[in-house]
Amino acid sequence: MAAALEILFTASFWVAAVRIASPLIFATLGELICERAGVLNLGIEGIMVAGAFAGWFTVYSGGDLWTGVAVAALTGAAFGLLHGLLTVPLGLSQHVTGIGITLLATSLTYYTYRLALPEVTSPPKIEAFRPLEIPLLADMPLVGPALFAQTPFTYLAFAAAALVAWLLYRTPLGLALRAAGENPDALEAQGLSVTAIRMGAVAAGSALMAVGGAFLTMSAFNSFFFEMVNGRGWVCIALVVFGSWRPGKALLGAILFGAFDAYQVRLQGVVGDAVPYQVFLMLPYVLSILALVAVSRRASYPKALMVPYRKGER
Amino acid sequence: MGQAAPVVLRLEGVTKRFGPLTANDAISFELRRGEVVALLGENGAGKTTLMSILFGHYLADAGRVEVEGRPLPPGDTRAALAAGLAMVHQHFTLADSMSVLENIALGTQPLWAPRLDRGRALARIREMSADFGLEVDPAARIADLSVGERQRVEILKALYREARVLILDEPTAVLTPQESEALFATLRRLVARGLAIIFISHKLGEVMAVSDRVLVLRAGRLVGERATADTDRHALAELMVGAEIPRPDIGPAQPGPMLVEMKGVTAGGLGPVDLALRGGEITGIAGVSGNGQAALAEVLSGTLAPQAGTLAIEGRAAGAWSPRAALAAGIARVPEDRHGVGVIGDMSVTENLVAEAYRAPAFSRRGWMKRPATRDFARRVIRDYEVKCPGPEAPARLLSGGNMQKLILGRALDGEPRIILASQPTRGLDVGAVAYVHARLLEARARGAAVLLISEDLDEIMALSDRIHVISRGRLSPPSARGELSIREIGARMAGLGFDHAA
Amino acid sequence: MRLEPRIASPAQTILYPVAAFAATFAFAALLVLLAGVSPLGVFRLVFLGAAGSQFALLETLTRATPLIFTGLAVTVAFRAKLWNIGAEAQLYIGAVVTVVLGTGAVAAPSWALVPLIALAAMLAGGLLLLGPALLKTRFGVDEVVTTLLLNFIVLLFVSLLLEGPLKDPMGLGWPQSQRVVAEAQWPRLVQGKRLHMGFAVAILAALAVWLMLARSVLGYEMRAVGHNAAAARFAGIPVNRVLALTALISGGLAALGGVAEVSGLKGNLTLDLSPGFGYTGIVVAMLALLHPLGVVASAIFVAGIFVGADAMSRAVGVPSYIAEVMTATALLTMGTAIVFTRYRIRWR
Repeated sequence: MAAALEILFTASFWVAAVRIASPLIFATLGELICERAGVLNLGIEGIMVAGAFAGWFTVYSGGDLWTGVAVAALTGAAFGLLHGLLTVPLGLSQHVTGIGITLLATSLTYYTYRLALPEVTSPPKIEAFRPLEIPLLADMPLVGPALFAQTPFTYLAFAAAALVAWLLYRTPLGLALRAAGENPDALEAQGLSVTAIRMGAVAAGSALMAVGGAFLTMSAFNSFFFEMVNGRGWVCIALVVFGSWRPGKALLGAILFGAFDAYQVRLQGVVGDAVPYQVFLMLPYVLSILALVAVSRRASYPKALMVPYRKGER
Repeated sequence: MGQAAPVVLRLEGVTKRFGPLTANDAISFELRRGEVVALLGENGAGKTTLMSILFGHYLADAGRVEVEGRPLPPGDTRAALAAGLAMVHQHFTLADSMSVLENIALGTQPLWAPRLDRGRALARIREMSADFGLEVDPAARIADLSVGERQRVEILKALYREARVLILDEPTAVLTPQESEALFATLRRLVARGLAIIFISHKLGEVMAVSDRVLVLRAGRLVGERATADTDRHALAELMVGAEIPRPDIGPAQPGPMLVEMKGVTAGGLGPVDLALRGGEITGIAGVSGNGQAALAEVLSGTLAPQAGTLAIEGRAAGAWSPRAALAAGIARVPEDRHGVGVIGDMSVTENLVAEAYRAPAFSRRGWMKRPATRDFARRVIRDYEVKCPGPEAPARLLSGGNMQKLILGRALDGEPRIILASQPTRGLDVGAVAYVHARLLEARARGAAVLLISEDLDEIMALSDRIHVISRGRLSPPSARGELSIREIGARMAGLGFDHAA
Repeated sequence: MRLEPRIASPAQTILYPVAAFAATFAFAALLVLLAGVSPLGVFRLVFLGAAGSQFALLETLTRATPLIFTGLAVTVAFRAKLWNIGAEAQLYIGAVVTVVLGTGAVAAPSWALVPLIALAAMLAGGLLLLGPALLKTRFGVDEVVTTLLLNFIVLLFVSLLLEGPLKDPMGLGWPQSQRVVAEAQWPRLVQGKRLHMGFAVAILAALAVWLMLARSVLGYEMRAVGHNAAAARFAGIPVNRVLALTALISGGLAALGGVAEVSGLKGNLTLDLSPGFGYTGIVVAMLALLHPLGVVASAIFVAGIFVGADAMSRAVGVPSYIAEVMTATALLTMGTAIVFTRYRIRWR
């Protein structure tokens, strides 16, 4: 039992927790932006796959790392625009379209991968982001390595959380975005376009999801392989609910989740073969469901979430 | 009214067709600075369509609009707002979970500004509130405001944008008579400052009280224009309706046995209330919307179980309470939200008509529907209740509001139920359909049914009810008999006066 | 841009879906061009691979079998607006029950064992979906997320079983189960070919689902709940009970697909039993516009694309993932086509 507790006091555990949380932070923020504007985006899983590939492939083809991040974001935005076009002006079912986007983004990615690298058996590696220690701060116990000895990509995740929070609550655009998700009529009555705001939000949110995917291939690992997103997108949808559609809480939720995931991996080492490893791998998904059960009753979701808006129909 | 006042809004030949229906037929008029023009017409006369065209929600098929001499581009809400038009809709366009300030500031600052300037917005709202006597706390959440306060926020939104033409769509529908008076005072202050106001209504009394000029719309056409001072209610009524629709002749009630008795019932914002419904009587519930009517209707519908108190139907205490239990107890229900709750739009008229009775042996056997029987039933109800529809297999969403209501009435009333709940049964219907609904309710009364009529239309309540309760903040006033109280006295009760010592 | 409701002419109701398929093929052609191959040649190879010979046709029908089951599962659920994205997991649970009961644990003649396994599997699959359905009705938990997450949990559970209690001792260390006994196997429909009884059962299931939805009281209730739950509740339809029954039926159908794959085709359970049949079932159901009989046709179409693309990919260097791209594209273009039949698009 003591060994199981000691894990919590190792720096490597907290470093891993924050690393695991980073892609989830991006993608959760992305989903949060979409949902705050009133659009559920189940394309998240596939968009993360596409982003993971796009970022990695850009670097593999000779681009620099930040270019890779930008290309991933653009790829995500493109899929987001498609999801937005189908669900916002055309008003298709957000559930079905989202699943369709996930299937499309995933299969297109795999197709492109096979087309670009027909011969390879093991995925090629790239020179990924390296940890960047922030002097002095990184020397603090536990917190130091966890928060200040990560890759620049992780710092970007935290910056993104702050930026999204600022955007939502401190800018006219954020006000419009929230209104789009609460009462689109209010937005339209003030002369703003619900279609434009929602499409923009879905594109921007999808870009963040793709960047989250790119984190996997460019910072957490250094190559692209199939099934690497592995349900992380769906976990992020749960995290949005868990975080009550607030960026700060979502950030916290992602880190908690990362900590839990890092912990179960280390716990496997402690427990050994007594419990099958699959049980540990299941825990994050089970945890997501439990978290949903815990908060869903009193969740105050955006009022117009999943309600298509058609002009003139009241 | 100064003749010299400049024209701020001019409509010329505005026409809008929806398929075979002409909602607006070559409408032309002018609005001058500093005047209140009432746009009078029955539901469905085309008032809201006309305003929707002004604001670019619809595109006119013909005609043009000018604001202060400049043509207004069609289909462009932003341009209408920029030109100085502002509208307070019947259903407020406010985001409930956001603050007053946020709702007012929405869309007024450059979208890409890095920061929402709350300080500036706050200062202006404070200043305008004081100027026009529109008091409201800018930091309050909309959800926490009363209906009257929300309307103030809507007016502030318009003023904040420096609107020069303010359009109010049925603004008093949600207000008590006293709140309406306050609104009229505000409107007078606004026109004194040079605004021009279009006041949309179908209520003659308030049109006479507030306007300088009246435009009357009927079936999409502008059928008359009168200076308010030169006309009277009677003349306007005739213009509005065309031929005078005879008011139903209501004989004296013949009270029957007690069919429903609520004692100390509380449920979701309602109560505790006592309510007794007798056969052969229409009991009216008057009140401003959002005062517990919905919960009261839900309790009687069976969709909401009382949290406390007792509910007895024909002398027997209701057991486990559900829609099915309510139906089994013989309660016919006409719900408030026709589209959302009354019908299933994507299912056929037939399937909608049997929705409450499909488990009866007449319509199903051992888990299988009897399709011929349901269709025969549907054909009969369609005939008996004059439901205009392409056929029993047509999806219900294709029906007009009036015919949808006839479908619901047919479903509810066909078995000659003893107890009838009618919640806002004529809201949004045209004159003919309103008369039809009233006739059916009176018919049920005549055959001894107990009718509970919940309506925000005070005229309707006063005309039909044998006894009237006023509902306010979830509480019911003691009943008053037909003609016992004046409209002012009922209005005072709607504002919550006289409840405490009564309860 | 705005949409105005309309009733499309018969020509339009055919034209738009055809245009959707045309767009799908056009997009696929573009991708094939990227591979430096002639699209027409590729489509020809796909068609020949799917329907060019008796072997190809039977192979397509074999592949269509699990897709009919998952497609029906999705159809039933979506009709009641229960967003079951977990057919994948329910299918695996059906397969697990099959190998638990069918590898010797229960000794019974074929006429008893086959139905027993099928019923047990359907129950298990139904119960697996009942969980999310109850979480939805009791706690307001969105079933999309829970059913999606359950896919991962169940796959890990299967992995656990295949490396533990269900592991085939003779499997040379591979994570696979023992083969089901002869009495548990489903017979072949064509002697010496892979097409098995599962296909016939799938057709029967489609008929049964169609009858249920169109004619039964439960089907009526399910459609009412799906179209407008508030109105259904108001009219006295027991919404929560209907959703629970929907879950049992939907999950059961998907599980039956798992039984068919193991007992009819593969013989044992492995971790790659399903290459995403559950997810593809969503495409199948939506292409069929949630019509149970249409599901049969659309499953055969989708299966044909997969089987044909496999064959084509072996012949020319176009990755077989083109099949997944095409089905996903078809899902989106078909959805768009349906909007166009129901609404007129007005630009300003």
